[in-house]
Amino acid sequence: MKKPYLLVILILLSLLSLFIGVRKVSFLDVLKLENAAIRTMVLSRIPRLISLILAGMGMSISGLIMQQLSQNKFVSPTTAGTIDSAQLGILFSLIIFPAASPLVKMLLSFFFALTGSFLFMFILRKIKLKNTVIIPLIGIMMASIIGSISNFFAYRYNLVQSLSSWMQGNFSMVIKGRYELLYISVPLVILAYFYTNQFTIAGMGEDFAFNLGLNYKTIVNMGISIVALISSLVVITVGRIPFLGLIIPNLISIYYGDNLRKNIIPTALAGAVFLLFSDILSRIIIYPYEIPISLTVGILGSIIFLYLLFRRKA
Amino acid sequence: MIEVKSVVKQYGRKRVLDNVSLKIEKGKITSFIGPNGAGKSTLLSIISRLIGKDGGQVYLDGELVDGIDCNSFARKLSILRQSNHLNVRLTVRELVSFGRFPYSEGKLRAEDLDHIERALEYTQLKEEADKYLDELSGGQRQRAFIAMVIAQDTEYILLDEPLNNLDVKHSVEIMKILRRLVGELGKTVVIVMHDINFASCYSDYIVAFNKGQIVKEGNVEEIINKDVLEDVYDTNFVVQDIMNRRICFYY
Repeated sequence: MKKPYLLVILILLSLLSLFIGVRKVSFLDVLKLENAAIRTMVLSRIPRLISLILAGMGMSISGLIMQQLSQNKFVSPTTAGTIDSAQLGILFSLIIFPAASPLVKMLLSFFFALTGSFLFMFILRKIKLKNTVIIPLIGIMMASIIGSISNFFAYRYNLVQSLSSWMQGNFSMVIKGRYELLYISVPLVILAYFYTNQFTIAGMGEDFAFNLGLNYKTIVNMGISIVALISSLVVITVGRIPFLGLIIPNLISIYYGDNLRKNIIPTALAGAVFLLFSDILSRIIIYPYEIPISLTVGILGSIIFLYLLFRRKA
Repeated sequence: MIEVKSVVKQYGRKRVLDNVSLKIEKGKITSFIGPNGAGKSTLLSIISRLIGKDGGQVYLDGELVDGIDCNSFARKLSILRQSNHLNVRLTVRELVSFGRFPYSEGKLRAEDLDHIERALEYTQLKEEADKYLDELSGGQRQRAFIAMVIAQDTEYILLDEPLNNLDVKHSVEIMKILRRLVGELGKTVVIVMHDINFASCYSDYIVAFNKGQIVKEGNVEEIINKDVLEDVYDTNFVVQDIMNRRICFYY
């Protein structure tokens, strides 16, 4: 019942996003098919909008799948080492194949993200103490270790600046020709939708899944692969976006519960809305300049996160 | 019939199940009793293939369980383990619907919906059907899990301490539901039980375990008596007939 609201907000914010920017483009200019206006739209505004929506949906769904499969509400691609591993992968591709195409870089980054996420899931299986707080803490520690490896190599190879451009999510660099890789996340999100029941069951534990005749390992492997692929796509095109995968699924679960069939679409929409809203805010606060979206998302996200924590106690 | 033939399970050097053989008949409630660490739950997990075994065979209706594929197995036998404190927010109806997963793969047909309704009716959860599991009392939640197993509609239902943490009223409710399942639907129920008196009042057949072996098995009269129980639990027992039931006093 709340779905239409989210969709309406998404459409309104999308329109707003298209008409905000240094170059003034009015709705009328576009209607009159004025050349400059169309060019701004096609080259910059529309790519930016699409990448925001795709990244928002992708990251929030990744968080949702990750939380479900790890049975922990505080796990997300940022707290499970996925994003940091993806960054390490990009760095390696810069060092080893500096001239490689974005697709090759993405594949290497995907491979690293996959390895990192499986390492996290492996550690998760090995720890005896399955405390709600310990698990994300271990994920964050693992992410920091991987991050420091990246930093070490970035220093050695003079790539600190390149690395930091992927550390901070940024949509101002998105123009036509530099974001299209993100389209690969569309079939992945659709694939995730078809497996929602399986993910929900896997989230109730291995025994539970087995009782219902489900191959637990296959489902976990598939879920993690989807998450790793989406994460590496997002990192390589727009960079790291914190908090999104953590808070959006938690927020939506309050209203829709944890049945993925029911909450995956609201989660995707809310992720896009949140990212779009943060981006609009980043573009107008110090207009005509921009603040990095990761900063806006970080501040808004941490406020929502605190709200979620206090709500839990109450 | 479930047939267990000289099953062995060991962790390191410790044998938790030592050459256990057992036949579990259809259409009955069979209870596993015995002290902690006697191997009851382990055997239940091995029968249901949740954990592997280090020796022996398990047959389900004459067929080796190891060869049955996951999905067919999930239509024949269901298992509910002790700790069902899920941190997943689902409504009762959603949980019960997942019981149909082995048949429907998520797309519920009319037949599946009938099964879900019947399971909710059996467990008297119709009014709570749209509540979230974390809004229910412990007894209602346990009933919801049993409803899921009923919807799964398997011939064999294995339950590991279903009365754990439940008060008297809820325990009796659950046992009555299980009796109806056996009486009306002809299911075969196997339960690991800690409360001997519940086992005595509701079982058709009791298997007493100790130190990884079956000490004695038989109907209620054969097992619920002073000699056998003192041997199994290493505690003094007084067993009396009260209203045609065998009741143990060991406090």
